Amino acid sequence: MPVSTSPQGTPLWQRRTTRAQWLQYAAWMMGMSLFLLCWKVISDNTMWVFVEDAGRQGSDLISRMLPPRWEYASVLWKPMWDTLNIATLGTALGIMMAFPVAFLAARNTTPHPLVRSVALTIIVSSRSINSLIWAMLLVTILGPGVLAGIIAIALRSIGFVGKLLYEAIEEIHPTPVEAISATGASRLQIMNYGVLPQVMPAFAGISVYRWDINIRESTVLGLVGAGGIGLQLNASINSLAWNQVSVIFVMIFVTVLVSEWVSARVRHAII
Amino acid sequence: MSRTDTLARQQAARQGQWRRLPLIESSRLRWALVLSGVVYLALALASVEVNWARVAEGSGRAINFLGAFMQPDFVSRQSDIWAGLLESLTMTLTSTVIGVLLAIPVGLGAARNIAPLPVYTVCRAIIAVSRTFQEIIIAILFVVMFGFGPFAGMITLAFATIGFMAKLLAEDIEDLDWRQVEAVRATGAGWWQTMNHAIQPQVMPRLIGLSMYRLDINFRESSVIGIVGAGGIGATLNTSLSRYEYGTSAAILLIIIAIVLLSEYLSSYVRRWTQ
Repeated sequence: MPVSTSPQGTPLWQRRTTRAQWLQYAAWMMGMSLFLLCWKVISDNTMWVFVEDAGRQGSDLISRMLPPRWEYASVLWKPMWDTLNIATLGTALGIMMAFPVAFLAARNTTPHPLVRSVALTIIVSSRSINSLIWAMLLVTILGPGVLAGIIAIALRSIGFVGKLLYEAIEEIHPTPVEAISATGASRLQIMNYGVLPQVMPAFAGISVYRWDINIRESTVLGLVGAGGIGLQLNASINSLAWNQVSVIFVMIFVTVLVSEWVSARVRHAII
Repeated sequence: MSRTDTLARQQAARQGQWRRLPLIESSRLRWALVLSGVVYLALALASVEVNWARVAEGSGRAINFLGAFMQPDFVSRQSDIWAGLLESLTMTLTSTVIGVLLAIPVGLGAARNIAPLPVYTVCRAIIAVSRTFQEIIIAILFVVMFGFGPFAGMITLAFATIGFMAKLLAEDIEDLDWRQVEAVRATGAGWWQTMNHAIQPQVMPRLIGLSMYRLDINFRESSVIGIVGAGGIGATLNTSLSRYEYGTSAAILLIIIAIVLLSEYLSSYVRRWTQ
C-alpha cells in the first residue's frame, strides 16, 4: 500500500498507487467502450420494430401454448425412447473412445510427448464443436436418423470425458504406481493395478455426469434431423402447433429433472 | 464385506490366488446391474434403425469432407464468414456482460445463508428453468418474440448465463468463510457494507474465473443458435453445409476451434492471475 506525506507531516494511506489507479480507470474505460461498440453492432443488425412488439408476441405465444394438447403425449413415447437411446448409447460409445485417449493425453501415462499432443488435439477439437454441429455434419454424411445422433453425442463426449479423465490421471498418487512397478510389472500391468483403481471412481462419476448432460443435448438433436424428440419439436414448430410444443417442453423438463436426480444419486453413491 | 469373506480372501492370497476387490460389493447387485445393462443394450440396439444403403452412399461425402479439412476454403465466402464471426463475437461479449450482471443479484438471492426463504425459492426457480432448457430451445422462443437476428441470440445467451453463473455463485457464497462476515457485522456494518467488504472479496476471484469460462461457453453456443435464426456464425455454417460447400464449412469449423483454443488459453491465464 503506497504512503505519501501530507504538508502537515501526517502519513496518508492510499489503496493503490496513482499509476495503478489510472491503469484501472483505463481498463474499465476500454472494457466499457468495447461493450458499447459490440452493442452498437448488434443494434445495427436488429429490426427494432420487431423488438418493440416482443411483449405482445410473447403473450400471444403463451396463449397459443395453453392449454397443452395432452393427447399428443401418446405419440411422444417412441421419440422419447429414441432420445434416451441416443444419449445412453452415445455416452457409452464416447467413453469407450475417450478412455484410451485420456491415458495417451495424461502426462504421467503417455508413451511419448508427440502422442500426447495428438491426443490433446483430439480432445480440444471434440470439445470446441457443439454436438448439434457434429449432428449437422453427420446427418449430411449418414443421412437423418438415430445413428447420426448417437455418433454426434459420442464425438462430443470424447473431449469432455477425455479432458476430465486425463486431469484425474495426472493427479493420482505416485506411490502405488511405484510399488507396482517395483514388483517388476509390465507397463500394462502398472496401468491395470496402479493407475486404474485410483481413477475408476472419478471415471464412473464423470461418465454419469456426461450422460446427464447428453440427455439434455439429445433432446434438441432432432432439430437438425438426428432423431429423438427434437424431430417432433421441429415438426410442431414448423406447423405452428404451439399447444403440442408445450407438451414436448413439459416432457423434456421432466426427463431432464429425472436424469439430473439419477446422476446426482449415482455420483453421490460412488464418490 | 463380511469377516469370513475377508479371511477367505487372505487365505487365497497366501496361496498366490489374489483378485482385486470389486467396485460394487454385493455380488447379487453386481450381476443384476450387468444383466439389466445387457437387456437394455439389446432392446436399444434393436430399436435403432439404420439405412445402410444411405450410409454407404454418404461415405463418399465423408471422404470429401475430410478432404476439405486438408484444404479449407477461407476465401470464396470470406465476407459471409467475417459477418457471421463478428456477430458471434459481439453476441458473446454483450450477452456475457449482461448475463453476469443479472446473475449477481439472482445468485445472492439463491444463497440460503444470506437470503430469506421466499427470495431463495424465487431465485432457485429462475435458475432451474434457465438451466433445464438447452440454449437452442430458448433461442427458438426468443426468435419468435424478437425476430431474427443477433438480438434474440444475445438475449438467449444472457438468459442461459444467468442460470449457470447464479447457481455457481450461490454455491460459492454458501460455503464462504462466515467468520469474516461476522467480523464485519460486528463493526455495525449495514447490508451493503457487509456484501461489499465481507462477501465480495471472498467470491470475486472465482466470479472472474467463472465469467471467463462462461465467455468461452457462450462463444461455443453462439456458433449453434444461428441454426434456428438467432444470428452468428452458426447460420453461415448451416447454409454452407446444406449447400455441400465443405471447403467453407471446414474453414468455419477450424476458425471456431482456433478461437475456442485461444479463449481457453486466455481464460486459464486470467484465472491464474486472479487467484
